[in-house]
Amino acid sequence: MSKECKVDCGRRRLVVATAAVGGAGAVAALVPFLSSMLPSERAKAAGAPVEVDIGNLEPGQMMTVEWRGKPVWIINRSKEMLETLTKLADTVADPKSSKTMQPDYCKNETRSIKPEVLVAVGICTHLGCSPSSKFKKGAEEGMGAEWLGGFLCPCHGSKFDFAGRVFKSMPAPDNLEVPPHTYLTDTRILIGEDKKGA
Amino acid sequence: MASDTHYEKYKSDGSIQGNALEWFDARFPATSMWRGHLSEYYAPKNFNFWYFFGSLAMLVLVIQIATGIFLTMHYKPDASVNASGIPVAFASVEYIMRDVSWGWLIRYMHSTGASAFFVVVYLHMFRGMLYGSYRQPRELIWVFGVLIFLCLMAEAFMGYLLPWGQMSFWGAQVIVNLFSAIPLIGDPLSLWIRGDFVVGDATLNRFFSFHVIAVPLVLLGLVAAHILALHEVGSNNPDGVEIKKHKDANGIPLDGIPFHPYYSVKDIVGVVVFLMVFSIILFFAPEGGGYFLEYNNFIPADPLKTPPHIAPVWYFTPYYSLLRAMVWPIFGIDAKFWGVVAMGAGVVVFAFLPWLDRSPVKSIRYRGPIYKTLLTLWVISFFVLGFLGTKPPSYAFFGVIPGAPVTQILTAYYFLFFLTMPWWSKIDKYKPEPERVTSK
Repeated sequence: MSKECKVDCGRRRLVVATAAVGGAGAVAALVPFLSSMLPSERAKAAGAPVEVDIGNLEPGQMMTVEWRGKPVWIINRSKEMLETLTKLADTVADPKSSKTMQPDYCKNETRSIKPEVLVAVGICTHLGCSPSSKFKKGAEEGMGAEWLGGFLCPCHGSKFDFAGRVFKSMPAPDNLEVPPHTYLTDTRILIGEDKKGA
Repeated sequence: MASDTHYEKYKSDGSIQGNALEWFDARFPATSMWRGHLSEYYAPKNFNFWYFFGSLAMLVLVIQIATGIFLTMHYKPDASVNASGIPVAFASVEYIMRDVSWGWLIRYMHSTGASAFFVVVYLHMFRGMLYGSYRQPRELIWVFGVLIFLCLMAEAFMGYLLPWGQMSFWGAQVIVNLFSAIPLIGDPLSLWIRGDFVVGDATLNRFFSFHVIAVPLVLLGLVAAHILALHEVGSNNPDGVEIKKHKDANGIPLDGIPFHPYYSVKDIVGVVVFLMVFSIILFFAPEGGGYFLEYNNFIPADPLKTPPHIAPVWYFTPYYSLLRAMVWPIFGIDAKFWGVVAMGAGVVVFAFLPWLDRSPVKSIRYRGPIYKTLLTLWVISFFVLGFLGTKPPSYAFFGVIPGAPVTQILTAYYFLFFLTMPWWSKIDKYKPEPERVTSK
């Protein structure tokens, strides 16, 4: 026993070791409690693909379906809507969709399999609100005169074009997500699975 | 004060109740707590009306706990849809409002109580800023107070999800998604908080659990710590001078009066006035014109459709504005991360106030023109930020002055006020502090 040590050092070491083991046990006991807050097996199992018939969707129209609890938009873009995409190439933050917000088969200028049909998750990449459609030009939608049509997030004002591409200097960091999807027939889309999975 | 006095145990006068009290006091620190915290806790004699808000905050806490217990008897945290297509949670709140005897009153007391809580707490905090109540030796009281404020925000936010209306749902969606902005751990963290890939039944149930058990327990513990720390060092006062510097022969501060009966009775006056105002709102304007209960929250939650205009309840709007002010990426990290940082820092910065303020005096009564001007501007900024937070991002004053740059300028000022305080609080002109407290 050393001189500085006024207590029984052997016992002190034992106390420290016991406290450390007990502490580790207490921390380990947190695991089941914290894990119980993760998505349950049932929540993970939910999320089957959704089949949609777009036969009645006229050019310029949009429909919303629910997939994994989220709104998925299907927009049959008219010729004028598609023309705006080229004009906006310099105004949007990621015109070429270089970030992985879409499957590879949608990594193109229209962000879609068929040029006119956009399938996108209608959840703003900022904080998860669902943007509202502002399809008409300029002042008619209460937007600026330069507005060519697209989407406006009501929560924090992020703007998106008809391909779900976010404009520059917006709170939202990324383009809208394009979910994996595939055409079963010419007018039937399966959302949530692509050809590889099917 | 409670600490440096050893109180004698109660001695019976021989009567039955005297004997009972003696028996009790020998086994429990009853008289020493009574004397240390109430009848012999000496508070400065010059408290003004600003000093009502601490006791009023305790009153509102009691109202919230009492009404909350009774609401829990009827409320159901269930996001599934009932036979008539309405979410069970939403329907159970309407059931309380329509079918439970006096349920409407209890529910309105709880919802109005939430707004009242923030009114009195904001005023209580502002009192601290006016009179330098956060200064040495009361830093820890202030830090506990900031933690109480954080808990209160968590409590209010999670409670707001429970009615499962449109605002409940989309408000929770936005705030939980804030956490996903943190680099690397953000996405798994927000998934863990929600317990599902979207805000849903799992989220509603856990928020209910946090709202009724976890956070109130922490809140009560912090309130106890806040008051114990206060009674350890003694109360500040509108003059910001220490009453303990001048004591009489018995060691009692010359400018102190016992909390009970002097301030317990005075606080009852505050309680009466508060309850009058509270009752007027409760009975005549429980929705507070859409500010206390937002109109969109009378629509059941719809995960597919965000209301065209969403805004938090009024007490969060200044911080919501700080969040919206950040639109540029910095250091290659998304703007949304910086929005979250600004919002969090807007609250946490208060905790540093005791160390940012370098002025030789505590109270605004003896401070100079710089502090008075900058504080006034800060209060105006806080209100304007709060106002802008209730408006859509495209809002313009009188239709001409755009709101977004105003939000950004005021956000910058909000933080500069605190961050430059060590400099300007030193060079300001000061009046000499009095030796003793003054009263008119």
